[in-house]
Amino acid sequence: MSSEIDGRLPAAFLQPGSSSFTEFLSAHAPHLVPSARTLPAGMTLDAPHGTTIVAITYADGVILAGDRRATMGNLIANHEMKKVFAADDYSAVGIAGTAGIAIELVRLFQVELEHYEKIEGALLSLEGKANRLASMIRGNLGMAMQGLSAVPLFAGYDLDASGGRIFSYDVTGGCYEEHDYHSVGSGSLFARGALKKLWRDGLSEDETVRVTVEALYDAADDDSATGGPDLGRRIWPMVAVLDVEGVRFLDDDRLEAVVQDVVEARRTQGGGRR
Amino acid sequence: MSMPFYVSPEQLMKDRADYARKGIARGRSAVVLAYEGGIAFVTENPSRALHKISEIYDRIAFAAVGKYNEFENLRVAGVRYADLRGYSYDRSDVTARGLANAYAQTLGTVFTQESKPYEVEIVVAQVGRTQDEDQIYRLTYDGSVGDEHGFVAMGGAAEHITEGLQERWTPGMDLGAALRLAVELLAHDTAESPREVGAEQLEAAVLDRKRERRTFRRIAGPLLEALLNQDDPTQDVPEIDDPKPGSHDTLTGE
Repeated sequence: MSSEIDGRLPAAFLQPGSSSFTEFLSAHAPHLVPSARTLPAGMTLDAPHGTTIVAITYADGVILAGDRRATMGNLIANHEMKKVFAADDYSAVGIAGTAGIAIELVRLFQVELEHYEKIEGALLSLEGKANRLASMIRGNLGMAMQGLSAVPLFAGYDLDASGGRIFSYDVTGGCYEEHDYHSVGSGSLFARGALKKLWRDGLSEDETVRVTVEALYDAADDDSATGGPDLGRRIWPMVAVLDVEGVRFLDDDRLEAVVQDVVEARRTQGGGRR
Repeated sequence: MSMPFYVSPEQLMKDRADYARKGIARGRSAVVLAYEGGIAFVTENPSRALHKISEIYDRIAFAAVGKYNEFENLRVAGVRYADLRGYSYDRSDVTARGLANAYAQTLGTVFTQESKPYEVEIVVAQVGRTQDEDQIYRLTYDGSVGDEHGFVAMGGAAEHITEGLQERWTPGMDLGAALRLAVELLAHDTAESPREVGAEQLEAAVLDRKRERRTFRRIAGPLLEALLNQDDPTQDVPEIDDPKPGSHDTLTGE
């Protein structure tokens, strides 16, 4: 915003140097930085939590998907929450943990990437993006220690390496590259178990979408905080496909067909036995 | 200590204005003009890295002439202003008018209070849903703002080019015609015979009304050549971006 006194751009705006929006924001408007807030010591509070996110690499790139449920304690806070976001043209973030903080973090991350692109006239490398996200999570450590953690899963198409890559995080901002597949959130153990059996090298896009839906189905089967396919209300998981053409979200019709098919197969298989 | 000579405020302002004008007149001119499908920006700039035309936000772009380090500073400030506003409110709340006001205050304060004025002239333009909603603001070194209709020329040959635009610019022009007019006037910037200005010496960009979200695209390569060629059927930018992986800020038609 222009300074309150005379309407001119404040000095911080005209300062040369950083092409990071987060750095600019923490210097000029720290109250807008998600990690700048603190809870009173020793306090915890109940807030909606997002649950399971899975990412799977395949022949042409990587697929990132999440269920649609948000929970608050034993309650379902939201039936159709969106937990997978495009960060820019070639990357996406799925969020698990405290929804409010995670969504704000993603919003800031999206601006951060676009800001860099406009100021520098170039795209950040995929590692660069992953590291920027890590430093933003690191800033949230104080809140995480009081129960408000946000742990995203970051997936992107690497233009230099020509392939999909997955990065996971811990609450301290540690950033780890994952190979083949990964999942985070409360249902992640079950999803990962499913992925371990279903993933193989060189899957096609259609096969990967199905594997994704199956993994989320298994997560929802055993984790009450993960939402299963809701055929009654027609709520499907969010699935982002990242390949050389960029990021795109699958439409409901395609997902409905896959979900119906998985549910049908499970019925005849007796709940998923192979 | 010797007493400074008394200089009347009129003289002081005039000296500063002359100084700024001289600085601006040294560089090549730039033209911003509305066409049927958006707003086009054209300038002579042999550099591919040091831009005079840039994206500010979804529907807002920036063009400048004068001293590079000074207008680059203002450009970065503009991107920060727009991103901060979009982050704290909503993307639709970022307007060219707000930015033009902030620039005007900044340039005005620098002109009167700093030891030297900015030697720049800038245009902030926002493409609307219809041609009537397009906004083009021209800002000069002293902080004065003009709300322009249809076209602006800046730089050393501005007056000469403006005359040409007044005579020949019409509201419903297609992009090809608008670019050809701009380039012809840029090449004919002095009373002498026109220079040869090819596509490789030009920096050109558009705010494309038909696009969603980020509407700014640079135009280069074969696409720019085709648009500048009267006999070529290409009269507008393509609706889809270049298929080449990577940044999609430039349309080349390759």
